[in-house]
Amino acid sequence: MLSVVALFGALMVITSKNPVYSVLWLVVTFFAISGHYILLNAQFLAIVNIIVYAGAIMVLFLFVIMLINLNRESEPNKNRWIRMAGAVAGGCLLLVIVAALKNTEFNTRSAEVVTGDIGLIKNLGKELFTTFVVPFEISSILFLSAMVGAVLMGKKN
Amino acid sequence: MPINYYIFLSIALFCIGIVGVLTRRNSIIVFMCIELMLNAVNLLFVAFSKMHHLAAEAAGTVNTAGTDGQLFVFFIMVVAAAEVSVGLAIIVMMYRNIHSVDVNFLNRLKH
Repeated sequence: MLSVVALFGALMVITSKNPVYSVLWLVVTFFAISGHYILLNAQFLAIVNIIVYAGAIMVLFLFVIMLINLNRESEPNKNRWIRMAGAVAGGCLLLVIVAALKNTEFNTRSAEVVTGDIGLIKNLGKELFTTFVVPFEISSILFLSAMVGAVLMGKKN
Repeated sequence: MPINYYIFLSIALFCIGIVGVLTRRNSIIVFMCIELMLNAVNLLFVAFSKMHHLAAEAAGTVNTAGTDGQLFVFFIMVVAAAEVSVGLAIIVMMYRNIHSVDVNFLNRLKH
């Protein structure tokens, strides 16, 4: 059920004409993926996914779409052959990867659902601030540089 | 839940993202499809992390196995947030210069 919602949302993202509807369907897809995280008992990632993706990033997209006045259909030269070639290429990739992975040894493995406590904030935080503390600090520097870059590019030159 | 359900769901989401990147000309929608692909990979990361945890638990070894995968998802989200902020700034700047967000207008590198 959640997978159907995720796939339908993703399909609507790439087929809807209006970019605003595209963003809203992407939010639906992200909520479905968060539902999967909750089912896998990765609660921290589910909450972070909702807050960061569905909350912050999608609002940023919506804001930019409204800012540059794109909320109407604005794709002038629709080349039908290019669209068809893109769809065929994506379908071929899907087919090849599925066929390659259909008979692997992963068929016997399974993921642990609902139980297990590695996804809780306590365990993840303990690991994040002991083993992964250097990448954490580096990511804060990355954020700082991204902020400086965004402000620099958004400035009128 | 068998792991290959998650693998096939992630592959399907990733391929939908690729089709979107290849077919749409609106650069904002191309960007959204990239986010979709990142999320497909994140879902696969979490599923494999839980699979690894189950295997380690059955073997009776350390019970923090699989934490690394979920932290990688966290770092991917961090990098994606930074990427989105810079990318949307680039798109706004591009709209300001050429009054369009069509990626076909970007095929020349000068002016």
